[in-house]
Amino acid sequence: MGMLSKHRPFSMHLKVDDFLPANEREKESLVVMRESVGFWRDGFRRLTKNPVAMISFVILIIVLVFAFIIPSFYPYSYEWQIRGSENLSPMQYSKAEQQQIADGEKVFPHVLGTDNLGRDYAIRIMVGARISLTVGTVAAGLILIVGSLYGSISGYFGGWVDMVMMRIVDIIYTVPDILIIVLLSVTLKYPLKSLADSVPSFSWINTVGVGLICIFIVFTLLYWVGMARLIRGQVLQLKETEYVTAARALGAGHRRIIFKHLLKNSIGLLIITTTLQIPSSIFTESVLSFLGMGVAAPLPSLGSLAKAGLDGLQSYPHRLFVPAGLIALIILAFNLFGDGLRDAFDPKLKN
Amino acid sequence: MIRYTVKRLLLGAVALFTVAILTFFLMFLVPGGPFLSEKTPTKATLAALEKKYGLDQPVIVQFKNYIINAVQGDFGPSMKQRGRNVKDIIGERFPVSAKLGGISVLLSLALGIPLGCIAALKRGKWTDNTILVVTTIGIAVPSFVTSIVLMYILGLKLGWLPTFGIEKVSGYVMPVMALSFYPTAYITRLMRSSMLDVLGQDYMRTAKAKGLSPALCLFKHALRNAIGPIVTYLGPALAFTLTGSFVVENIFTIPGLGNSFVSSITNRDYTMIMGTTIFLAALLIFFNIISDIANKLIDQRIQLN
Repeated sequence: MGMLSKHRPFSMHLKVDDFLPANEREKESLVVMRESVGFWRDGFRRLTKNPVAMISFVILIIVLVFAFIIPSFYPYSYEWQIRGSENLSPMQYSKAEQQQIADGEKVFPHVLGTDNLGRDYAIRIMVGARISLTVGTVAAGLILIVGSLYGSISGYFGGWVDMVMMRIVDIIYTVPDILIIVLLSVTLKYPLKSLADSVPSFSWINTVGVGLICIFIVFTLLYWVGMARLIRGQVLQLKETEYVTAARALGAGHRRIIFKHLLKNSIGLLIITTTLQIPSSIFTESVLSFLGMGVAAPLPSLGSLAKAGLDGLQSYPHRLFVPAGLIALIILAFNLFGDGLRDAFDPKLKN
Repeated sequence: MIRYTVKRLLLGAVALFTVAILTFFLMFLVPGGPFLSEKTPTKATLAALEKKYGLDQPVIVQFKNYIINAVQGDFGPSMKQRGRNVKDIIGERFPVSAKLGGISVLLSLALGIPLGCIAALKRGKWTDNTILVVTTIGIAVPSFVTSIVLMYILGLKLGWLPTFGIEKVSGYVMPVMALSFYPTAYITRLMRSSMLDVLGQDYMRTAKAKGLSPALCLFKHALRNAIGPIVTYLGPALAFTLTGSFVVENIFTIPGLGNSFVSSITNRDYTMIMGTTIFLAALLIFFNIISDIANKLIDQRIQLN
């Protein structure tokens, strides 16, 4: 309003036209030109513009397909020992299989050869990758649950609750993790095994595998502290915000405030930390399996495959380099994708 | 400062005690005692053996005795290596691991700090990008993969270096490289980001405006202020090299503490496992405290609470 006349710039005279109700065209011009961009869309736009993150994402998708989908219709199984096909090189056929081909039968090639027991190596690698990915994601999920709950409760209630809870975190933080992980993964196996064998309702432990359950427990017990600290810091900031005060004034309970307001508003931090937790869990699992303390045979894990490959390094180097390289690739891709997520969803965290 | 030190030491002591409790009671979860693996001894021999090692007493008494002895540095006799004390085995094996770990940490400092500085000073240039790519890989690759690749190329294919043992000095090269790859990458990244932080500060502009030479600016003003995070990382770096030695010593068959820890686990040598765990935990907790305190001493701006 108030376009003053050029001739008399200091006149207080008001134009009556300015006070008429706006017509349709004028209303239109007030409509914001751009669609409003929400948190998610904004983040995803930035993410898709990051080539490194997108390449990592594609690599992860390919690995996921190989680990979870291809094995279900692959002609060999990871524990199937083919007589006479021991120690084949990649794409090589055993005598029996050559005979079959000569007879006109179709034999699926051993893309990566076979191991010393005549098991197709390609499928073992795929199943191994499946184990690694499962360990990484499930462990990260468990850590997310424990860490975010613990951290938000500690930060939200504050006072002596916070002090006691954070002292506990400090202590666990000071304990050298790998030592306890090794110790736990060695000792927990036995009680878990007897629990699975004696109590019928726990027999599912045997189907998942004692070693795997053990690794989940161990990682969850030790690695949630980092997550808890981060979330607590975030919650300490968020709980001073107006919307939390408003929610409290409206009579919202503690549980509602923690879940609906505090955790929901730390969602960026939660996603990023969880994504970056996956590679570190895979890393630790592969080291444990390499030392022979991870997933039990005949189930392969990339770490145990690498360990087995180490013995035949002279004659069959690919048996070592394929699993070792794949672990490195998976960890690298997750790290880079996590970095990309961080840059996209929480630029403040960068550095 | 004293308050902080005391607080950290107390916290460390509690953490160590937690480790001791955990190790001790976890060992009870393992079925099949240490004397059952070979030919099964008679009941009488078993009882005698258990009496000798104090295994016939109640758990709490055993724990009390264990803690009292452990505080005095006595972890009891090894259950698998006849007639040897855990203390002596650790005393014999640890120097090897310590030497390996120490060299690796020193090497990663010597490489990481200059590399981080270079990357920060050449920010956005190809040098920076190359360093970033290499360090990203360094952080992602587990040490056993590094060890294997080194062993295959330098040891088996080229035959330049021995693939096992450390009798010769050249035997150190590959284990040290494998152990220091990760800490070097980490220190480089820390140094880069901390240096970038410092380079943007006002006092750096002032120093430049005063007409100080770039070298003086870098060494006297920037490096001193940027070194803090590295000092804090020294504790974890040492922890990484010592525990990383589990894998690396295993691959290169080096008679260090890491190797003996792994074999004591497969042998179920209870006393050896407990002794090594508590010893390493004490060492790591101690170094963490030291590096935190050192960082506070260097940088007085950090709030002590």
